[in-house]
Amino acid sequence: MMENQFPIRQIIDVNGKIALPEYKEKMTAELAKKFYKQMIRIRTFDRKAISLQRQGRIGTYAPFEGQEAAQVGSAMALAEGDWMFPTYRDHGAAIVFGHSLSKVLLFWNGRNEGCIPPKGKNIFPPGIPIATQIPHAAGAAYAERKRGSTSAAIAYFGDGATSEGDFHEGVNFASVMRAPVVFFNQNNQFAISVPISKQMNSKTIAQKALAYDIPGIRIDGNDVFTAYFETLQALERARNGGGPTLIEAVTWRYGAHTTSDDPAKYRDQVENVKRREEDDPIIRVERWLKNEGLYDESWATTVKEEAITEVEEAVKEMEAFPKADPADIFDHVFAEPTWQIAKQKKEYFDLIGGEI
Amino acid sequence: MQTAVKVKTLTLVQAITDGLDTMLQEKEEVILLGEDIGKNGGVFRATDKLQDKYGEDRVIDTPLSEAGFVGAGIGMAVNGFLPIIEIQFLGFIYPAYEQIVTHASRLRMRTMGHFTVPMVIRAPYGAGVRAPEIHCDSTEAIFTHMPGIKVVCPSNPYDAKGLLIAAIEDPDPVLFLEPMRLYRSVRDEVPDGKYTVEIGKAKKRMEGEHVTLIAWGAMIPEVMEAAKAVKEKGINCEVIDLLTLFPIDKDMIAESVQKTGRTVVVHEAHATGGLGNDILAIINDTSFLYQKAPVERVTGFDAPVPYFGFEDHYLPTPERIKHAIEKVIKF
Ligand SMILES: Cc1ncc(C[n+]2csc(CCOP(=O)(O)OP(=O)(O)O)c2C)c(N)n1
Ligand SMILES: [Mg+2]
Repeated sequence: MMENQFPIRQIIDVNGKIALPEYKEKMTAELAKKFYKQMIRIRTFDRKAISLQRQGRIGTYAPFEGQEAAQVGSAMALAEGDWMFPTYRDHGAAIVFGHSLSKVLLFWNGRNEGCIPPKGKNIFPPGIPIATQIPHAAGAAYAERKRGSTSAAIAYFGDGATSEGDFHEGVNFASVMRAPVVFFNQNNQFAISVPISKQMNSKTIAQKALAYDIPGIRIDGNDVFTAYFETLQALERARNGGGPTLIEAVTWRYGAHTTSDDPAKYRDQVENVKRREEDDPIIRVERWLKNEGLYDESWATTVKEEAITEVEEAVKEMEAFPKADPADIFDHVFAEPTWQIAKQKKEYFDLIGGEI
Repeated sequence: MQTAVKVKTLTLVQAITDGLDTMLQEKEEVILLGEDIGKNGGVFRATDKLQDKYGEDRVIDTPLSEAGFVGAGIGMAVNGFLPIIEIQFLGFIYPAYEQIVTHASRLRMRTMGHFTVPMVIRAPYGAGVRAPEIHCDSTEAIFTHMPGIKVVCPSNPYDAKGLLIAAIEDPDPVLFLEPMRLYRSVRDEVPDGKYTVEIGKAKKRMEGEHVTLIAWGAMIPEVMEAAKAVKEKGINCEVIDLLTLFPIDKDMIAESVQKTGRTVVVHEAHATGGLGNDILAIINDTSFLYQKAPVERVTGFDAPVPYFGFEDHYLPTPERIKHAIEKVIKF
């Protein structure tokens, strides 16, 4: 039975009680508070983005609420210089790794500027065609290894993505080349409306690692500690020449697939509410902090207020951004515009009466 | 006395659902495959309630793998089924490109007609709905370029249903492009039951003697708006809605451009390698001596379809079309 061969690892349980005491020492108050802070930050961002979409202030948006532990834990394990290949649902991870909030909002507002990461941050634009970023991560990681550096890469992808050829080709490539990459799967159990039981006959995603002879690890994706320590370990193995790892973080999205989706069409929303009530990844850390006597109400309030301020600032910045300049359609296709583009640009600017 | 055909008033996407429903009813071999088409009824609701009506055996939610289910569709088509495959957005067809161009389109030729692929691939296409990147591609020309597959694209509910049924009945693979932008923008009277709109035949949306405007799909309303605007200035346009992008109705084009001698072709796809060039070749081949002005093309630019913040600049507008009309008139 694959579920037995790939048991779900968990460091703290739903009640915030330690399940793997050997981690006790590494679970410092400082680390836990950082997790909490980042999770609050990205959830605040996520909720704001949904409301901006409803008001028509940004376009279609893909929320990640419920998946904060997986994204924060994995992204915090990365080191400066590592590469991140997120999907459209992983901007939480991207923000934790240092992406700018206003740029992420710009992306969702239909602007290419939103794909430019802050200086020194190797964050790829969100992968839109499913699974296509997986081979990129393998290649970027392989390049680091060839160069003799100890930097690594992480590729994010969903359960549905494992059905695409690019997933298998990317993982196989990395396995053969011993590329230092972590394939971080968030199994939120749905690909839009398609439940995992219709997506694959496999009982787990972690078991897919067997075919490529790489470590496959299944974790409780709502436990930020496990997400962090397992990613850290996989990255360490990668940096030391041990090749790639496949991590399956079992989780759940509370919201819709995107703001244009209606989950009531395909899933039991009562179950959804129950899951949120019973196993919210943020509440779980909060419980752990409380159990450890580390939770302080006024500190938590400050964290929440700071997150709101930061997000509000980002919204202002996004909205103050200059209007889309049509020249940008033409100027970035090639290093040097070909004659076709130069001609089309001139004709268009003549028509709209603009300065080239 | 004629028996009255019942009609319904439907949007373009509802007309597609109605066409699928009609054919699921009519032919047992018809089977629907695609992502989210079952329980969810498709992300645009094109297959709404069809799984409830025909069951999970005939309206199938596939795994997320375009190469997989298009390839499997070919296997089913050679083995007695009539698969209708939904690609969620045309921009996500590329993993299946190999299956389409090296297999679906060639199997008849490779086996001298022994194996054939009577399969339909439906795909919403085009920009203008503020969709995220890659959701807005209009890459019909990479399919019309490949021999062995037909490509069609309706611009209204009536044609959508009739053309879809014709595509399903066609003995060869057909790519059926659906203008996302028009899915719900117009309603039209659509007859109940089965009827077809012939593949390979264009339609005139407006008659006129001064300029021929050629377009299809989501560009038709833009072209009509431009045509109405110049009419006030005394310029009478003839608007041809191509409907079939391969094989193009060359006779209607020739007949019209021989009358007008002036042509503007409009498409939202890139200019280079775009279908406008094939239309130009048809005019050259059939009607060279009738031309009073060089053909104008109003197209998307030779740049990837930009993010939606820029799409109003990228897409052909009535303004750009009017400008081209004036240019061919003044020449
Ligand atoms: C190649 C391709 N096909 C289809 C789509 C449309 N699509 C967008 S998200 C999605 C489901 C993805 O599910 P999963 O991989 O589980 O990730 P999740 O959205 O659950 O995070 C689909 C089918 C796409 N983006 N790319
Ligand atoms: Mg998923």
